[in-house]
Formats: sequence, structure tokens, C-alpha cells
Amino acid sequence: MPTWQDATITAVAPETKRVRRLTLAVGWSRPFRAGQHVDVRLTAPDGYQAQRSYSIASSPTTLGTIDLLIERLDDGEVSGFFSDVAEPGDTIELRGPIGGAFVWDPAMGGPLLLVGGGSGVVPLLSMLRHRAEAAPGVPALLLSSAGTFEDVIARDELIRRDAEEPGFRLMLNLTRAPGGRRIDAGRIGEALAGLGVPAHTFVCGGNPFVSAVSDLLVEAGIPPRTIRTERFGG
Amino acid sequence: MVTRGFTGRRPPQPEAERLPPGQYLTEDFPVLQLGPTPKIDLARWRFTLREGSKPLKSWTWAEFEALPRTRWKGDIHCVTKWSKFDTAWEGVTIDDLMTAAGIAAPTPYLLAEGYDDYTTNVPVADLTGAKAMVATRYAGEPIPPDHGGPARLLVPHLYFWKSAKWVKGLRFTQKDEAGFWELRGYHMYGDPWREQRFTGD
Repeated sequence: MPTWQDATITAVAPETKRVRRLTLAVGWSRPFRAGQHVDVRLTAPDGYQAQRSYSIASSPTTLGTIDLLIERLDDGEVSGFFSDVAEPGDTIELRGPIGGAFVWDPAMGGPLLLVGGGSGVVPLLSMLRHRAEAAPGVPALLLSSAGTFEDVIARDELIRRDAEEPGFRLMLNLTRAPGGRRIDAGRIGEALAGLGVPAHTFVCGGNPFVSAVSDLLVEAGIPPRTIRTERFGG
Repeated sequence: MVTRGFTGRRPPQPEAERLPPGQYLTEDFPVLQLGPTPKIDLARWRFTLREGSKPLKSWTWAEFEALPRTRWKGDIHCVTKWSKFDTAWEGVTIDDLMTAAGIAAPTPYLLAEGYDDYTTNVPVADLTGAKAMVATRYAGEPIPPDHGGPARLLVPHLYFWKSAKWVKGLRFTQKDEAGFWELRGYHMYGDPWREQRFTGD
């Protein structure tokens, strides 16, 4: 199982107003699986440490580095460090990849329904990127919910994929834009009409988002055992 | 290794002493589970003790609610690093379950099984001696479905993935068999104070 290793930040870039992309060099001997996460550990001069978990956004086919998309939380002890302090050349401790349930491999096939709330889209991005490279024939639909158009993580990439990749469809759900609403049965119905019955469904976001969406998916007739959820918050 | 520019926000001392290594305190009650919250009909709910595949004793909801009840208040620790203090639970201790079933543990290990097909292994010695219960109430109310209701295992001295949600029974096993997460790299025992998160920790 993964042990703690040093990982150097090789690049940082703004993703949205509140989300920053960090690229880290990792010396893993085998690829991770799309959907997995890493634990990171920061150490203060007096030895005090803080740990958090972050999903990997990049594709497993990118060897040697991983991308994390870290949202700044109000008073975030660790996300504040990554948002304001961390720079290329800095080294943190990391272990991973971790997680064996919220994962998708090309061999699992599809159709693939991905539903993300806010930065919950991050592990789904890894799946979509992997799919595009390794299994472009697998039908996939991403229902991504965000506050406003500006808050949509990887927005330009997703719009481009929607236009260029025949098997992929993007549905944006904006909750704070004019006429915006939360994901409801209508939105789920629209997604299923476009995709057919998904073989695998992955839902990631905050607690209330995942609870509401996974209930809607079950009510829409998707077999519960084909739905995987991952939540953050707390 | 000191992280350049990281100062951290230390919890106050009394709080720090109650936090196992690598944990932080949350006031929320985060929800972690593999999939959707199962719909469980109390009229069809059963809790069953098994040895391998052989049923030893089974209770309906009404029968289960009539068993002796115990309250427990204390701290819980999730492997995803949040801890929550002073959580209040009520349910039936494993000791009382065994007494009601009229049996002694037939093996030293078991798997807790959930209605969502989740499993997790716990040594029997970690469940008896008032160390664990099948909880049916949280903070004085029926446990909300998202938190494992109608009944969940509560083993608060181990990481909370051992406290199986929507528990439907305990299956005694001859050896210590890995459950869902333990098969996926998580620690077989899971003591938060020894930070046993993953295999090899």
C-alpha cells in the first residue's frame, strides 16, 4: 500500500476564481485508476501536520505527473496553503493512489453517466480524459452543476470535448445563473434520454448534492448497484 | 519534512488531545458511502446472526426494538480524516444481542453485512465488553437514512468504515476475512490512534 513520498509541484495555474490547478511529479511504478485520490500531508516548522484527500483530475495515461484541482475553502487550513502559498518547486508529502470503488477503467465500458457538483467534477474529469484517449467509443454524458458559467471547472475543455467527441455529451446545470435551478428529475430524465440506461454512474460532490442526485437516479430507475458515489465536506 | 510557508491552524489543546493523528475536527456530520442510500422497509427489515451461511438468530424490527437498550456518547473518527466529538447513540450492545440469542460467539471473527451488500470485518473481541452496538437512534432520534438508519453498527474505537451502515447482520467467520474496503487496500483492523488507515500502516 502507498507510503508517504515527497512530491514536487511542477506547475500551478488558475482554473476558476476559486479553484487552482497544481501539477505534481509522482514516482509511481504503475498507473492510477481514473477516479482515485491522493492524501497530502503538510508539515509546519514545529512538526504540526495536516492531512487532506484530493481527487486526481488528470488522465492515468499521463505518466509521471498528476493534476489536482483544489478549491479554496473559507478558512481552509490546507486549501488556503495550496491556493495562496504553494509555488512550482515546492515539495509536499503525498501518498496514493487510493480508492478502489469510485473508479472507472476502459474495460468496464459504458454507457457512462457522470454527475458532478462543483469541484465534485474533478475525479469525473479524469474518467472523461481517460475515456477520450483509451475508449472513445464508450458513450458518456457529464451533467456538471455549478453556480455560474464562470464557476464551471474545465469549462472550455468540456465544451470542446462535447463538440469534437462523438460519444460525449456535456450538460451544464447552473444553479445561480438567471433561470438556474438545482438538478431535478427533469434534468436527470433529459440526461438519460440522451444516453440510454447507463452501465455505470458516478456521482461526486458535497453531501446534499450527492444525496439528492443519487435519490433522483434511483427514482429514475437506474439500478442502485451500478451507482457509485463520492462526497466531500466536513 | 517541513513544508515551506505552511503554518497550519492548531486546534486548542483539549481538542488536540482528543484528535487521533492526522484527524481534524468537524462540526458537520459528513456522509460517506459507496452508492445511493438504500430504501429499507421496516416491515421487512431483519437482523440476523449467522455462522458462515447458517442463520443462528434473527429479529424483526419490533423484536429488535424490544431488546435491552444502551446509550453511548463519544467521539467518532473517519478514515477520510474528519472526527466528530460527543456523538450520542442508542442501540443494542453486541453483548445484549448475544445474550438474547442465547449463544456465545462461535468464532473470534465476523463480517458485518449491510443492506447495500457492504461488508467490513471486526474481531469479536472488539465488539463485546460494551465496546460496540447496533445503533438505531442518533441524538435521540431515529438514525436518518443517510447516516445508516434504520440500524447501523457502531464501533467507535475503530475508524468509522467499520461501523457498517444499514446493517442487516453479523456473520461469524473462522478467520479474519477482509470486507469491502479491506479488500481495496484499507487496514484490516483500523485503529485511529495507531493511524491504521491502509494495509501496512
